[in-house]
Amino acid sequence: MGEAVMLGQGTEASLATDIVFWTIAVSSIVAAVAVVQLRNVFRAALFLIVSFLGVAGMFVLLRAEFLAAVQVVIYVGAISVLIIFAILMTRDVDEGSPSHRLRIPVAILAAAFMAVAIFVAVSTEWNLIGSGELTEAASSKAAEVFSNTIPWIARLLVGNFVLAFEVASVLLLAAIVGALALVRER
Amino acid sequence: MSLESFLVVAAIIFSIGLYGALSKRNAITVLMCVELMFNAVNITAVALSRYVVPAALVDSPGATADGIAQLLLTGQVFAIFIITVAAAEVALGLAIVIAIYRTRQSVFVTDINLMKR
Repeated sequence: MGEAVMLGQGTEASLATDIVFWTIAVSSIVAAVAVVQLRNVFRAALFLIVSFLGVAGMFVLLRAEFLAAVQVVIYVGAISVLIIFAILMTRDVDEGSPSHRLRIPVAILAAAFMAVAIFVAVSTEWNLIGSGELTEAASSKAAEVFSNTIPWIARLLVGNFVLAFEVASVLLLAAIVGALALVRER
Repeated sequence: MSLESFLVVAAIIFSIGLYGALSKRNAITVLMCVELMFNAVNITAVALSRYVVPAALVDSPGATADGIAQLLLTGQVFAIFIITVAAAEVALGLAIVIAIYRTRQSVFVTDINLMKR
């Protein structure tokens, strides 16, 4: 775990962070399985919230505190509420969430994808931060960036990524107008 | 807790979401599974930007602090934009589901076959 020690305070890989990580990982995976396995759509949506919270915890472990806050505010706060509203508005559908008849081939496809993805993740020789590739100065600057990422993200969003930032706001406006136009009573 | 463990967890969540999105008949469940897949992609982007040395940083050792921050945090900025697009997508997707429910009294993707005839 040399790469973690290089990057300054709070990132030392210890037994405690390992336990926290695996608890979060297992609970969000179990919640994800519940989302696809429960026939009651409302309960599935509640488990989806558990999974979103687990992902927010993983962002904290990855020192992406801003993203963790965004995850809680947007996914847990907004998207989940929107999904639950949609479930309640389609309450008359009482069959829940059945699978269609291509379930087995799809399961095989997803399992094959998972096997390939895990194989690639484990077998690739990642060029890790702290493995000596960077100069001393670059390493210390990297540690500085990761010690507090929020001001750097702010500078990037209105600096180098300002075009994408503005396009995203136009996209959100278009989505609001489109959603209103779609659900309007006529 | 290493890069590989984050990537493996993300791969598992993505595959669960893929299975659900392709096999479920309820359109709202399909949207929920798509959100799971978005989340897995975000974990991957943030984990890679946290652990992996950007190749451009190795080539230019004299980069400024701003340049280094850009190279190191691109994954997080990408995740922010992915979350933005996901929010727009789920709002429109649910609006479409509700519009279809109003006209056909069904949210099952197998019943939505207007363009098949």
